[in-house]
Amino acid sequence: MKLLHAYEQADVFLVVAAFLLAVGIYGLIRRRTLIGMLISGEIIFSAASLNFMALNRFHAPDPTVGQVFVLFIMGLAAAEVAIALSIIIAVYRNYHSIKARELADLNG
Amino acid sequence: MDHFPAQDLIVGTVFLLCVATTVAGALLAVITTRIVRAVCGLAICCVGIAGLYYFLHSPFLALMEILVYIGAVCVTIIFGIMLAEPDLTYESKRDTTVLWGIVALLAGAAICWGLSRLGLQGPWPAPPAQVSDGSTKAIGVSLLSTYSMAFEAISLVLFVAILGALVIARAGRTKA
Repeated sequence: MKLLHAYEQADVFLVVAAFLLAVGIYGLIRRRTLIGMLISGEIIFSAASLNFMALNRFHAPDPTVGQVFVLFIMGLAAAEVAIALSIIIAVYRNYHSIKARELADLNG
Repeated sequence: MDHFPAQDLIVGTVFLLCVATTVAGALLAVITTRIVRAVCGLAICCVGIAGLYYFLHSPFLALMEILVYIGAVCVTIIFGIMLAEPDLTYESKRDTTVLWGIVALLAGAAICWGLSRLGLQGPWPAPPAQVSDGSTKAIGVSLLSTYSMAFEAISLVLFVAILGALVIARAGRTKA
């Protein structure tokens, strides 16, 4: 059966990565709170990592490079979450809300 | 006996299970209205992605995915939810909400369709000769030799991010 051997080629991984990117962008547009947007951003990071890993496994001469790159992406994602959550907490302390609609003080 | 019975069936089923977990978790993360459920969806999605990394011959990254994303990122987001209470008040439904939903759905469908088409149709080059086996040992050697500068830079980024998070979250709090 072809479906059971789908993990031996890059196609399924590429489609899943594209789906994750699409879901992340859908959530980024759709969500109205900052934390929901942050979660969607994490899904987009995961999509990029999965794409890197798939091409690294099937089309790269050195399979180490992609893994190191994905490790760096994970580090950046962790740093981004720490900064974003501290900003969210600071915003909540000043506005008592984290809805993107109400944070319009700089809107011209 | 050198071949486990029904080995192909088991491995293929586990792979399909990983794909289903990833897709279901991602959908749960963006569709639910409750933010806590969205975080659970993100965690489920990360479990599935860890499984996919395992199938891509990288058990080290599978463990790191669970350690960093579920152990650190999801827990930190739950801390943020507890401190900022995003579910406290519900917003009334507006007409623009539905409109934005349709726009988001169209954008997502277009991206998914276009990128899948590109990935499936593209003339991918056959890989040249492998120069390393991509094991955990090879990752460690290249992290501390070829990529040592980037390794140091990312540790600096993490340090500055922790300091900045402390400073930003602390500002405005009165001294006890």
